[in-house]
Amino acid sequence: MHSFPRWKIWLILAVLVVSLMGALPNITSVPSWWPASLSKPMSLGLDLKGGIHLVLDVDVDKAVSHSVEEDIDTARQVLRKDKIRYRKLSAEGLTLNITIKNDADLANAEQLLAETFDGYTMADPVERTFSLTLKESVADETRKFAVDQAIEVIRGRIDALGTTEPVIIKQGSHRILVQIPGYEDSAHAKQLIGRTAQLEFKLVDEKGDLDKAMTGSIPPGDIIMYGPEETRNDGTNFRQPYLLKKRTELSGNEISDARVSIDSRYNEYAVTLKFNTKGSRKFDKLTTAHVGERFAIILEGVVNSAPVIRERIAGGSAQITGSFSPAEAHDLAIILRAGALPAPVKVVEERSIGPSLGQDSIEQGMNSIIVGCIMVLIFMAIYYRMFGLVANVALIFNMLLILAAMSIIGGTLTLPGIAGIVLTIGMAVDANVLIFERIREELRLGKTPLAAIDGGYAKAFSTIVDANITTLIAAIVLFQFGSGPVKGFAITLSVGILASMFTAITVTRAIVAASTAKNGRVEKLSI
Amino acid sequence: MQLISPDLHYDFIGKRKIAFIISAVMLLTSLGALAVKGLNFGIDFTGGTLVEVKFDQAPAIADVRDAISPKGYGNAVIQEFGAPEEILIRVQNKNTEDSSTISNAILDGLGEKFGADAIEMRRVEFVGPQVGEELTRAGIMAVLVAMLAILIYVTFRFEFRFALGADAALLHDITIVVGLFALTGKEFSLPVIAALLTVIGYSLNDTIVVFDRIRENFEINRKRKRPESETNVVNGSINQTLSRTLMTSLTTLLVVMALFILGGEVIHDFAFALIAGILVGTYSSIYVASPVMLALEGRFKQDEDEIKEMEARP
Repeated sequence: MHSFPRWKIWLILAVLVVSLMGALPNITSVPSWWPASLSKPMSLGLDLKGGIHLVLDVDVDKAVSHSVEEDIDTARQVLRKDKIRYRKLSAEGLTLNITIKNDADLANAEQLLAETFDGYTMADPVERTFSLTLKESVADETRKFAVDQAIEVIRGRIDALGTTEPVIIKQGSHRILVQIPGYEDSAHAKQLIGRTAQLEFKLVDEKGDLDKAMTGSIPPGDIIMYGPEETRNDGTNFRQPYLLKKRTELSGNEISDARVSIDSRYNEYAVTLKFNTKGSRKFDKLTTAHVGERFAIILEGVVNSAPVIRERIAGGSAQITGSFSPAEAHDLAIILRAGALPAPVKVVEERSIGPSLGQDSIEQGMNSIIVGCIMVLIFMAIYYRMFGLVANVALIFNMLLILAAMSIIGGTLTLPGIAGIVLTIGMAVDANVLIFERIREELRLGKTPLAAIDGGYAKAFSTIVDANITTLIAAIVLFQFGSGPVKGFAITLSVGILASMFTAITVTRAIVAASTAKNGRVEKLSI
Repeated sequence: MQLISPDLHYDFIGKRKIAFIISAVMLLTSLGALAVKGLNFGIDFTGGTLVEVKFDQAPAIADVRDAISPKGYGNAVIQEFGAPEEILIRVQNKNTEDSSTISNAILDGLGEKFGADAIEMRRVEFVGPQVGEELTRAGIMAVLVAMLAILIYVTFRFEFRFALGADAALLHDITIVVGLFALTGKEFSLPVIAALLTVIGYSLNDTIVVFDRIRENFEINRKRKRPESETNVVNGSINQTLSRTLMTSLTTLLVVMALFILGGEVIHDFAFALIAGILVGTYSSIYVASPVMLALEGRFKQDEDEIKEMEARP
């Protein structure tokens, strides 16, 4: 007892100074020379700050089947280039089926396909049909790429909202977590994020017979697509069908910019697209070769318009019209600029908090902490007198330590997190209760005050460790399996338990040692 | 100041039959409530949409229903939440459409009827069916893993019978707290699982402190010339730690009560689970964990005696 190690006192002082410095940014702004690692305030969770929390599921398998479908185009091109005639090209899930017309071309075709599609495994041809299956490793790569790309695209769209510090991160293998603090309009956010914004340009098959195609005999290489729903004069709804060439001439990937503009003919809001260099060249070629024909602009699977190409267009820009409101035109420009989603995304979880609820939660949480803390402080002081006051000093130190630790490790405070702190107040004094009760017992056995203190601390120690470790186990499991706000509870509870072991044992011991050493001989303990 | 007189020697173990009856009644009531009424699972587990709205003036529930009926949600669960101006609306997921837009439709409907300025979105939660399943699985896993980890730790630090006693107390506490949720029809949500795990940690904390003393006293007892019976030692240990057990429960209850009364509606059920857990956890660390441990001791001892007897035979 008389020899409380010096280094422990220095350790306590060092922790105290670091805690004070680390906690300060939560109260006031710190000067620029303040250590960077101690300059961050604790961040508040969305449930306290208000904002939108979304978990999106990326339909990654769609991205894979989409890429297989695109490879049909590639197959068509390479076969044509080598003048190999084919009968049928089709995609089925992860498999490409390619039927060659003449037996004589089989060997050539086999070599060509093997060279072109090294991401596929090719089976021996059956009746002149090659069947190529996408390798699982390549498919996985595509899935991963789709999620990464979706994150980039969504980030672009959310940045356009102009909010501060949005969070967009991958969660698991095909989910994306989106948090937009301080933003309220969840309907708008969901709409902006969820749109695929797939933009395609296809030629209208002017020679094909639309009426015949509608009855089922669609010319090979063609596809029927529809315009937006319109209401006829008699009140019935209809959608204009178009017979289009399947091949996509240009896509949203070849856009460099999209801006809201006013369509001069009808004085309506429109979105003007600018193609990038590659897109401009393709567009130039397309319009040169097909003067007099129509090309369809398809947005998210719906034919937006199909203007006639009157002359070659070299400038590289196009316009999308369609009685937009200013807000709709603005949103469309944003999503086209940010690019298309590589696969559809779906909201699978949402937790959005209005700003007033967050503010209420902070106030109620702080009230609980303050009232709970004061009650425990009073109770301990009455019950254990001087030693109770010592425990109270440790408890306040503990609160300070939690605040500092949460700030330094960059933890996020959530509403359940506040509950964790409140609970820690109750449990932090437990270690002191154990020690003090033990000291009282030792005194009853007739030991001298100093011996009783020594015995109390020594005997209570292993109990404290055992009891706290079990609670810590529960907290760690909670952190592992919990999600979102519940994790916040696990973090504050764990930090609180660890902090309390330091303050309740080491700090109180130091105070007790200091006060008894001054008095020299201690006759009676105020416990 | 002292809550418990140091001279107190209350015969806890002697009352174990009464405690057994009390526990049995609580457990059977809980299991009965679970079987008959079942738990009122929140959208975290069932999937669905929850919208909390604050109105300028307290609306009639019927008017709220009228407002959202045209949108197709006339069968929603609508209730007051904490204050008459605050309304909670709960809707099941639909299979046919993108369920994440349900909240938009509800807010639109309310805006059309009451005026967009008269209502304020407080909270929107939507859990898709798949996520609901995942959260359920994670919740069950969390409770099981926590119990297993604790069983291992206590076995490692004490003895197996102590671990079984501790886990019996845990099972007892969890069943009763969950049963209380079934009985009161309170919503069983994700934060309640967090509260359950905390109860596990807390109840165990209490049990460990008693066990620690029992182990210490067992060792002292073994060195005595005339050892006392294990029952006496256990009884003494519970008495010695009693004032600590009650003190800690009291301080923890104080703060959790503060949370329950002042913490707001969102945290209310969470605090309720903690209060129930602390009360039943304190009880079980005295009346369940040690008696179970002793009961196991009796059986193992008999087994040992039988083995000795068999070995002694020619």
